[in-house]
Amino acid sequence: MADTPRLAGYIARDAGQHPAALHPAYKTSVKRSPQAALLSFPSGPGEETGPVFGHDMLGPLDHDLIHNFAADGRSAIGPRIVVQGRVIDQSGRPVPGALLEVWQANAGGRYRHKKEGYLAPLDPDFGGCGRVITDAEGRYEFRTVQPGPYPWPNGVNDWRPAHIHFSVFGAGFAQRLITQMYFEGDPLIWRCPIVGAIADPEAVRRLIAPLDMDRSLPMDARAYSFDIVLRGRRQTLFENRMEGL
Amino acid sequence: MTLKETPSQTAGPYVHIGCTPNVTGITSVYRADPGATMKTGPVKGREITVTGAVHDGMGQVLRDAMVEIWQADGDGLFRSAQETRGDADPNFTGWGRSAGDMDTGEFRFETVMPGAVPTADGRMQAPHITFWIVARGINTGLQTRMYFPDEAAANDADPLLARIEHRARVATLIARRDGAEAYRFDIYLQGPDETVFLDI
Ligand SMILES: [Fe+2]
Repeated sequence: MADTPRLAGYIARDAGQHPAALHPAYKTSVKRSPQAALLSFPSGPGEETGPVFGHDMLGPLDHDLIHNFAADGRSAIGPRIVVQGRVIDQSGRPVPGALLEVWQANAGGRYRHKKEGYLAPLDPDFGGCGRVITDAEGRYEFRTVQPGPYPWPNGVNDWRPAHIHFSVFGAGFAQRLITQMYFEGDPLIWRCPIVGAIADPEAVRRLIAPLDMDRSLPMDARAYSFDIVLRGRRQTLFENRMEGL
Repeated sequence: MTLKETPSQTAGPYVHIGCTPNVTGITSVYRADPGATMKTGPVKGREITVTGAVHDGMGQVLRDAMVEIWQADGDGLFRSAQETRGDADPNFTGWGRSAGDMDTGEFRFETVMPGAVPTADGRMQAPHITFWIVARGINTGLQTRMYFPDEAAANDADPLLARIEHRARVATLIARRDGAEAYRFDIYLQGPDETVFLDI
């Protein structure tokens, strides 16, 4: 019988790499953060499986926020960018077939949402949502306009750094993740109480996408690169040792 | 070498723009919101409805949460490329997503009674549905499980429920019956009834 390497359970989340549930400077977290410890339990079939998303669910403009809400012949207003990267797991293996859903404010920092009251105007040609599924190497790419920073009711003068929200599905439901991508050089990043819920500045840096001139499209769009690392699985020793080894 | 996982950030108040845009009135981008329908044809097993709400530490219902569920089909199999134990019901996705009612915050899933699923080391677990909750003020998505009130013997033998140190908290993971083939599951982020959340 051949030796068979086998994937075991998911590696437990490293709390130090994630925001604290309770971060009083982010006021809404005060009454929405569980106070008891999480119950730890090894992952099983329910966590190691996850829903399947096929490329056939995608429309031709799902990955193009510049055009997917715009009237025919029109496009969203704002600095045109490409956002691209890879989804890999903690072992460095690509995650193919991962569904990424993104949403963001328009170039003026305004969301298309009835509960949003910022005085910056809506762009009639910008909806603010898009999605993409990673290829066999875990790669993804979408086009959009760079979102603007916006004020929010927390402190009296708090502004969110420009950001794009990402929702990510990996192979297993245990990998489910929602996060935000920030832009290199934005001075608001280090002033933001939502970012500040992450204690480790190195962890914050992994949410900041650098400008990537090599992938920019001349006379069209600048590019930002954002790689996403999902939880990985432990690998057990070889299960069936051959005789004599 | 083990890489570090990308940190979580809150889904924020506008998660529905990205995940259920049709609910927010952005209806021209996606044909349908993902996860809105779990049954794509006649399904095996008992069809059930699960409703509930997410409550904050002041007893107020969240109206900006997004709730997802993931579960086995009626035979205990997952509709997933990672499922190695057999072929799941082709008419059941196993995955649901609810934006909640914009006024009441109530979520609702039309699903099936899940079959029992073993742990990784082969112990049988009681039938359950995995829940994942995100919202403004929740910095990392919260995972929990809903078990069934009419499965008392299986619940008593469930390895995860057995790990709960404060036994009174087991009840926070058990739905209540809410009519024929209907269950209600309320999730409490804080307070005396704080739901048991999982690191799994
Ligand atoms: Fe935002």
